[in-house]
Amino acid sequence: MTEIVQVTSTKLNPLRLSMSSGLNRIGLAALSILCGLFLWNIASQHTSPLFLPSPAATLQAAKELMEDGTLVHALLASSARIASGWALGVVVGIPLGIVMGRFAPFRQFLDPYIEFFRFIPPIAFVTLAVIWLGPGEAAKVALIFYTSVFIVTLNTIAGVQAVNPLRLRAAASLGAGPVQLLTTVIVPSTVPFMVTGARIAMGNSFLTVVSAEIVSADNGLGALIWTARNFARTEWVFVGIAALGMLGYVFDRVLRIVVALLLRRYQPTT
Amino acid sequence: MTNGSSISLNQLSLTLDGNEIVSRIDLHIAAGEFVCLLGPSGCGKSTLLNAIAGFLPSGGQLRVADKPVSGPGIDRGVVFQSSEALFPWLTVRENVEYGPRLRGMAARQRTELADHYLSLVGLSQAADKFPEALSGGMRQRAQIARVLVNEPSVVLMDEPFGALDAQTREVLQREVDRIWRVTGCTIVFVTHDIWEAILLADRIVTMTAGPRATIKTIETIDLPHPRDPADPASLALYRRLRDDIGAEVTRVLRAQGLAEDLASEEVAA
Repeated sequence: MTEIVQVTSTKLNPLRLSMSSGLNRIGLAALSILCGLFLWNIASQHTSPLFLPSPAATLQAAKELMEDGTLVHALLASSARIASGWALGVVVGIPLGIVMGRFAPFRQFLDPYIEFFRFIPPIAFVTLAVIWLGPGEAAKVALIFYTSVFIVTLNTIAGVQAVNPLRLRAAASLGAGPVQLLTTVIVPSTVPFMVTGARIAMGNSFLTVVSAEIVSADNGLGALIWTARNFARTEWVFVGIAALGMLGYVFDRVLRIVVALLLRRYQPTT
Repeated sequence: MTNGSSISLNQLSLTLDGNEIVSRIDLHIAAGEFVCLLGPSGCGKSTLLNAIAGFLPSGGQLRVADKPVSGPGIDRGVVFQSSEALFPWLTVRENVEYGPRLRGMAARQRTELADHYLSLVGLSQAADKFPEALSGGMRQRAQIARVLVNEPSVVLMDEPFGALDAQTREVLQREVDRIWRVTGCTIVFVTHDIWEAILLADRIVTMTAGPRATIKTIETIDLPHPRDPADPASLALYRRLRDDIGAEVTRVLRAQGLAEDLASEEVAA
């Protein structure tokens, strides 16, 4: 029993790591943003504001849109669509992926549809969504659901198929039946794949929401960007784009924090 | 404590993907016996173990405690060579509690039971750690505890210490010897390490090189535990087993036309 003394810690202390290199990283990121703003400013001074508005003009426009409530309203509208469509996609995609990954006949039955629809971008369905579901929220949420459910399902299937057969054997010889194998080995083993799928789906939901809002919406960030054209306000476009970028960052961060807090033991890669 | 079950192989042949791996094997293992399966790699000893575990169909030619094996069961615990078999999302204690939890044992009771077996394998200190934080030797201890908690009558070990350093391996061999005597279970232990087999087994079954492997020799060891490698009887046994297995390896190499390369290497050495 001599080797028991040594408990190896395979990971460096995460706290210490973030103290020293974290500051460095934040500093570099800030410097990078400042450089970008500086270059943008120089470029804007040599062109017309209609072509490229300056950072100051964009900030001014953001203030304007904030004060009359347009920006907050657009942010909330887009966020609500993304959150509900994405959540629905995750909630449906995970069980679907598990069943498809585990039961080959079921997977083979649905395979033709998966193989067909995976090449059709959600934007191709914008018109149909409006015809079938009307110009309201349902069409947009449905499009984001379509975007998410595929990615989450495919990732979950991959996860189920990647389950180490050794673990299945170990569980079976420890007394697990078919249902218990599913709930105590396959699902926990697949969590990292589900998380990856959910994160990619989140990114793609942003692509879809903007397209959908440009085609058919009177609010949301996509609509804001599109309306700017009618008023010849290029700086609004910039505000919309900046808001999208920040919103995406916030959503991804929140997802990562939630995953880190709730699913850490399943070792998701975030 | 539990007592061992007997294992009977009656003209057992095993086929994997259309290839006959082992062919018509007859072997009777008595209840409580410690048997090592020894042979060159690819001889089908792991396949044989998997069949006893119930991972492979054995067509009723394989009986444990006089009942035909039809699938995995908690009467036959398996310790795998790879610690990947542990569940990385569970702590060591939760891994050990896995079996009792499946059977619906109350939380407090199963924690007590798990802690008992963790102390038996010397892992009490590491109970709340996740497997990735443990050394290779500790992970194998965790696997052993996870199997013992189910009180199996047969423990099947598939080169459990093959990936460990020599010192750790030696410590764990003594542990297995002790646990075997404490629990009284039947142990079938697959290894390619001749000394490991001599240190542990009541009987050593050597196998011919596959495909269609059969039993080559069966050596009964009648030496007191713990075994002393310097004992002349141990040494004589070691030489015999080495020659038996060496002959099999050479036979395979010759069949593959590689024996001459081997001979010239020996001259060079």
